[in-house]
Amino acid sequence: MSDLALRARQNVAFLTSVGLFLVVYLIYHMSHPKGFSSAVLVQNADEVFTLAMVAVAQTVPVLAAGLDLSVGALMTMVGCCASYLLTGTTAPLALEIAGYSLPLGSLPAGVPGLLIGIVLCLAIGALGGLMNGIVVVYGRIQPIIATLATGAIYIGIALFLRPQPGGKIDEDLNWALTNSLGDFASTVHIFNDGAAPWFAPFAGIPTPFVLLALILLLVWVPFRRTVTGRTVYAIGSAEGAAYMSGLNVNRARIAAFTLGGFFAGCGGLFLAIQTSSGNADIPQAGAYTLNSIASVVIGGTSLLGGAGGALGSVFGAMMLRVISFFFRIFDIAPLLQPLFEGLILLAAVSVGSLRVLRVKNTLELFR
Amino acid sequence: MSVGVLKLSRDDRPILIAALFIVVILIAGTGYTLSHFGSAPLLSPNYLLQQLQIGAFLGIVAAGAMIVILISQIDLSVPWTLTAAAMMATSVGGGWAIPVGLAVGIGVGIINGLGVAYLRVPSMIFTLGVNAVMRGLMVANTGGFAPQTSATDLMRTLASAHWFGIPAALYVWIGVSLLVALMLQRTLLGRYIYAIGNKEAAAYLAGVNTRAVTVVCFAISGLMAGLAGVLLAGYSQKAYQGMGDAYLLPAIAAVVIGGTNILGGRGRYLGTLVGVILIVLLNSVLSIMAMPEAGRQVIYGGVIILMLLVYGRGERVTS
Repeated sequence: MSDLALRARQNVAFLTSVGLFLVVYLIYHMSHPKGFSSAVLVQNADEVFTLAMVAVAQTVPVLAAGLDLSVGALMTMVGCCASYLLTGTTAPLALEIAGYSLPLGSLPAGVPGLLIGIVLCLAIGALGGLMNGIVVVYGRIQPIIATLATGAIYIGIALFLRPQPGGKIDEDLNWALTNSLGDFASTVHIFNDGAAPWFAPFAGIPTPFVLLALILLLVWVPFRRTVTGRTVYAIGSAEGAAYMSGLNVNRARIAAFTLGGFFAGCGGLFLAIQTSSGNADIPQAGAYTLNSIASVVIGGTSLLGGAGGALGSVFGAMMLRVISFFFRIFDIAPLLQPLFEGLILLAAVSVGSLRVLRVKNTLELFR
Repeated sequence: MSVGVLKLSRDDRPILIAALFIVVILIAGTGYTLSHFGSAPLLSPNYLLQQLQIGAFLGIVAAGAMIVILISQIDLSVPWTLTAAAMMATSVGGGWAIPVGLAVGIGVGIINGLGVAYLRVPSMIFTLGVNAVMRGLMVANTGGFAPQTSATDLMRTLASAHWFGIPAALYVWIGVSLLVALMLQRTLLGRYIYAIGNKEAAAYLAGVNTRAVTVVCFAISGLMAGLAGVLLAGYSQKAYQGMGDAYLLPAIAAVVIGGTNILGGRGRYLGTLVGVILIVLLNSVLSIMAMPEAGRQVIYGGVIILMLLVYGRGERVTS
């Protein structure tokens, strides 16, 4: 069998989800009155980005056979931090604890301040993920229950920071990141304010889409190629064998959770920028966590670990979102929408069960 | 059994430590109320009974969650199973209200079980999908508003009446607890459940119809969620959207704090009972202290990690 065919066979679930998404998305665009336009693409990319990021965040621990129930909470916490750190003003920051005020200094004005704020937010996300990893590895607590607990702590911190939704995000930052590349260029004054002739073909591409691709290319792809990244896959396949082969299992597991935290931080950061506020919304955090698991499964990553990848989860997330796009253009009673969403979700996750029909020995079912 | 912590079996130690922690919570809470209000409401039987009455709903859900966790699965469909049972029960009304509510629970449980046992979809994701479908059905059914129907008299009695000074809901919880404990300890089904949780392939080779047992376990979990929904509707006089949201994660936390292994196969029902009481009392002490929601969440997460660090640690990969 040729190399290509072998690769295709090993990634059936992923290829199915990509194909299904392309078909569904094409139908969506063809039936949309403003289909195939930059405006529709930008709107879709804005709505997909956060879920896609959280789904990628979920993928990394899942590959190491550990579910992360704190991704939604971590996303929310980073979003609440962003609503303080990315205001674009030089107002002094202070931490109010039980009546005492702990001054934290202030960020510089303009672009440097915003960049420092973004880096701080992502660092907070990674730190949260690191906490998860430490509790799981050194506490030797099952990931699912450890992250359930740390998730409660992160939501608590988010609520402490933002008891009521509020805060502010720099308007230029919001405009630059949630629109097309052309708007980005004109906001940050590059490429002749986006009017350079060579830039014209790219001007309609949504910025969130580019960000997503950059994050995957610059963080996920290199990580997967490192020894630590391979170890993450190895843990998911057979932890004992990975350990016996001399791989540093503990380090890989901590790295998986930390990277998950970083990706969740990216999602929270974008959500805060997009909504221009921080909101410690517990149901929303729960919904993102659950949808991230659904995206991972739809994208072809095994919940048992060891097989799959981040790109599949991105398509899984897009698939989930496209379903809700459809309700806008087709005339389905609003009251029936949650039912259709549920049925499609159930059908999507059950597709993988077709393998049951091919199993020759019942024992193969129990893994 | 109570000779010393070291002589206790692996399954009893968590229960004892969790019980000790309950005493610590009571002492700390009483110390706080004495110094701030000069009274000790936490030690009054009436107050404790009232807390246990509220805890009964969580306890019933946790009993179902435990059975599913014991076979190393998980049931995430509890919130909307509970809500659907409550809504159906109140909308049918009359003598059929409670049977219909329970039937909804069992029905959803069987669907979960079939998906997990026969389609082999991971329970984590299948029950999640079923939860979404139930939510969709209820939204379509009620039009997205709180239903106008109210709970029947029997439901209200079961949930909030007092018999011989003890809340009726507590009797229901005790009854459920006895049945579940008996089933786990004394029946073949109970043995099968532990066997499947330890190694499903081995149980299958030993001649256990593991698929049927899985379906039964999910049906019991659904039944418990339905029962809790019926009682909760009786307690609050009506059914409403999102009434089950607050029961999923605390129930799982209670099961795990009680020493049940989240990977299945190990744990005693007494532990789940203690875990529920711990969570209920922790909640009530935090409300007495007027702790803001932020602090509650942090303490809640901290307690789970702390308890598991003491006794819930897994084995090293080397062993």
